[in-house]
Amino acid sequence: MKRTRADAEAGNRTISRRAAVLGGLQLAFVGGLAARMNFLQVDQADQFRLLAEDNRIKDSLIPPARGEVFDRNGVQLAKNVPSYRIIVKREDIGDVDEALERLGRVVRLDPDDLERAMIEMKRSAPFHPITVAENVSWEDISRVSVNAPALPGVTPEVGLSRIYPLGSDFAHVLGYVGPVSDYDLEQMEAPDQLLLIPRFQIGKVGIEAKQEDRLRGKAGVKREEVNATGRVMRELDRREGRPGADIQLTIDANLQNYVQARLGQESASAVVMDCETGDLVAIASAPSFDPNLFVRGISVANYKELTENIYRPLASKTVQGAYPPGSTFKMMTALAALEEGMAQPDETVYCPGYLEVADRRFHCWKRGGHGYVDLQNSLKQSCDVYYYDLALKVGIEKISAMAQRFGLGVRHDVPMSAISQGLTPTKDWKRRVHGQEWVIGDTVNASIGQGYMLASPLQLAVMTARIATGRNVTPRLVKSVDGIEEPSGAGESMGLNENNLRKMRRAMYDVVNDRRGTGYGSRIITEGMRMAGKSGTSQVRNITAAERARGVVNNNDLPWERRDHALFVSFAPMENPKYAVSVIVEHGGGGSSAAAPIARDVTLQALYGGPPPLDAYPSKDRGRIKAQQEELQAVRPLADLGGSDQA
Amino acid sequence: MSYLEYTVKSVPTGFRKILYLNWPLTILLASVAGVGFLMLYSVAGGSYMPWAEPQMERFGVGLVLMVLVGLVPIWFWRSVSSVAYGVSVMLLIAVELFGSIGMGAQRWIDLGFMRLQPSELMKVTLVMFLAAYYDWLPPAKKSRPFWVLIPVVIILVPTALVLGQPDLGTAILLLAAGGGLMFLAGVHWAYFAAVLAAGIGLIAAVFQSRGTPWQLIKDYQYRRIDTFLDPSSDPLGAGYHITQSKIALGSGGWTGRGFMQGTQSRLNFLPEKHTDFIFTTLAEEFGFVGGFSLLVLYTLIIFFCVVSAVNNRDRFSSLLILGLALNFFLFFSVNMSMVMGLAPVVGVPLPLVSYGGSAMLVLMLAFGFVQSAHIHRPR
Repeated sequence: MKRTRADAEAGNRTISRRAAVLGGLQLAFVGGLAARMNFLQVDQADQFRLLAEDNRIKDSLIPPARGEVFDRNGVQLAKNVPSYRIIVKREDIGDVDEALERLGRVVRLDPDDLERAMIEMKRSAPFHPITVAENVSWEDISRVSVNAPALPGVTPEVGLSRIYPLGSDFAHVLGYVGPVSDYDLEQMEAPDQLLLIPRFQIGKVGIEAKQEDRLRGKAGVKREEVNATGRVMRELDRREGRPGADIQLTIDANLQNYVQARLGQESASAVVMDCETGDLVAIASAPSFDPNLFVRGISVANYKELTENIYRPLASKTVQGAYPPGSTFKMMTALAALEEGMAQPDETVYCPGYLEVADRRFHCWKRGGHGYVDLQNSLKQSCDVYYYDLALKVGIEKISAMAQRFGLGVRHDVPMSAISQGLTPTKDWKRRVHGQEWVIGDTVNASIGQGYMLASPLQLAVMTARIATGRNVTPRLVKSVDGIEEPSGAGESMGLNENNLRKMRRAMYDVVNDRRGTGYGSRIITEGMRMAGKSGTSQVRNITAAERARGVVNNNDLPWERRDHALFVSFAPMENPKYAVSVIVEHGGGGSSAAAPIARDVTLQALYGGPPPLDAYPSKDRGRIKAQQEELQAVRPLADLGGSDQA
Repeated sequence: MSYLEYTVKSVPTGFRKILYLNWPLTILLASVAGVGFLMLYSVAGGSYMPWAEPQMERFGVGLVLMVLVGLVPIWFWRSVSSVAYGVSVMLLIAVELFGSIGMGAQRWIDLGFMRLQPSELMKVTLVMFLAAYYDWLPPAKKSRPFWVLIPVVIILVPTALVLGQPDLGTAILLLAAGGGLMFLAGVHWAYFAAVLAAGIGLIAAVFQSRGTPWQLIKDYQYRRIDTFLDPSSDPLGAGYHITQSKIALGSGGWTGRGFMQGTQSRLNFLPEKHTDFIFTTLAEEFGFVGGFSLLVLYTLIIFFCVVSAVNNRDRFSSLLILGLALNFFLFFSVNMSMVMGLAPVVGVPLPLVSYGGSAMLVLMLAFGFVQSAHIHRPR
């Protein structure tokens, strides 16, 4: 096409003009981009910087090691042991099914766990570690490690799990730990972040629960940089937590073990308390259970077995149980009367076998009566009428007040679960709780530890220790925390008339050591180790007049749950009391026959710090005792605990 | 004025031509590519592999390609422009028929040593062909309806093919580049006004058609538009790209977090960090200063192209340079708008910086034409 020069010039001018327009538009757009850049990067920089940090930084908690628990000699009662898990990472194992099958040939895998792991694996990122087996034995872990080259992506991992080496011996004292439940979290106002870690264990009952704050420790924090998929790239910062405090108990594991074995499969409990310091050296409730079952998650069958057992293995009877103290309460009635000056030790009361009060006849346990008895004889033979008489003189208020001074009806501050307050009734109390007036018969019943009167074995041990020392001994279960000694429970003088106390102890001495004493069969014959005590037999049923007329049914002929409770409290040695002991055998029958021998054996074991020589027993009993000792040696699961890995 | 009316005596010959290259432009291109190497090195976590080194090699090849193309007289390129256009259209059709599947759209032809993306090539050959067309067309006829219809068809054929791939981003770029060239050639204002009005009508129709049987674009394209309009509606899904990209830019601040200190890119929060979203890494690590500097470099490239075009009395050369410059501008401005949350995520790389062989080579080819036009300009 022919083209003129002017034509071409015009065309080029057009292009230049249009280029200028388009160039201007482009420049404007670039200006807009710059403005936007400025807005994002300068004006809003702080906000976006925060978002970027949010993106990349992940804080996670490092669970602290839980404090361990030791007995007074350093025997370990609760410890953390490595618990092994098998972890797989999908990104490293290749074909999942094949890899798991290969793993299954090396260790036995639980199908349920596997199924759960498969589901979890599908849901999470490929580098996310998945647990395919928990609580794996060391052998299995070794097998996995040895076969590691053939098992890519499978790694054994170590965590900490709680274990109670002495098992059932300390079930009621230590309690157990378990994973935090939703219920636990609801109970807390501001739950520690730690508790939100899956499978984190906290104390559920016993020391584990009551000393949770000390045992738990403080979490550390790990600050990590993660990428977009959540994979940890590197650790930015790490603040170590503080492990939980180690707790040393006042309990002697050897003695505890012996007491538990001695109680056997009876529904019984026993407390051994150091009279001088208040240290609880043994506090056993039978039958017991294995707390380790609860740590791992108890099976329904096992749990059902425990809850349906009529001997109530889960109950911590030493502190939780509240029993009518029976005749073991008589010291309280007597001391109330003596301190008030309402009675003199030498004054006698005539016991015809009953006492008529307000047209009702209150019987003595001995139908024929004891005749004339003074304080000493009444306690020795456990005459009831003598105490009825004292109670009528001194009144319930004074008796209950005295009992409270001795620690009955008081909730002792011991870190165990469900501590019972017991009951020392007053007129006011009955009006408040039952809406009825106190009647004189209530006082009569209370005088011999029946009726409304209730006490726990721990309370009875405290009472006995206070009688033995005349001081306000208080029970102590925790000896030291991280090596720092807890305050002693020795206590100040009670301010009672020492003469009265001495008479009381003398009478208790006779209960055991006098030929006519109810506890004579359970005496200790070694000089300097003599035991003083008091038996009790508390009724759990009413004996009707008709039955009394026919003759009271012998305990052995009654169904178990209607038999009398057998009680015994004691202290020894008489001259310089060291240990106070209380024993209750539920529905065990007579206190002197069922409970006293246990108290004696336990006392000797405590005094000798091991099996006592046979010559501490009366000669005619030695054969039987020897057999019993041998039997117990065989039964005791951990006969020699040695001790002192630590202390 | 066409070169045919001039003697070519004053045009340099042989390898002396190299001295007459548009050197400022060449240096600017190398600088931008250098920024690209730096960023690719950074996003690989301080490593030349897997991106920086191949990119350098390709840029080297590209540079040689540009010079070689530049040495060939511009009248040769003019005479082959129609063939180039035709081949490109054929390749687009070939892709439609035999292309391998990539990113949900058929876009590649595997040449063995590289994957050729015909739509990339199309952007260059379309501009070339249109420039030749207007060089041939007497200026008096340029606004007559028939002579306007022809370039419209020339533009719409490849656009339709690209849209069918489907590649909305490239289709819009082709449309814009073609339209731009027509505008530069001096087609009457009224046509553009009409097209603009029609465009707005079309956008309305696209939104109206959503969910109906005659839906105009694919569902995923609707979703991209949705998330562009409100990225926070789906921060971990489709809006993730935009949200994370804005976080990266914003956290860069004034001077950035430092070379290789960008957490967003290093920790993979940024999608496609070595391709479409590489600008975010630059902005995160070098801040506003870095991002703005790159923008200035790009603007300078455009500026030198425009200067070269305006000073070129040959109409084909002039239009070609301006058209290719417009192409280049569209490239980086769409990409930047996208990462700054101003445009939907359409999958346009950042020219010379993003990792990618096909785009780099085609771009250098285009600048080869610019160089050729510059060297062989009538004097």
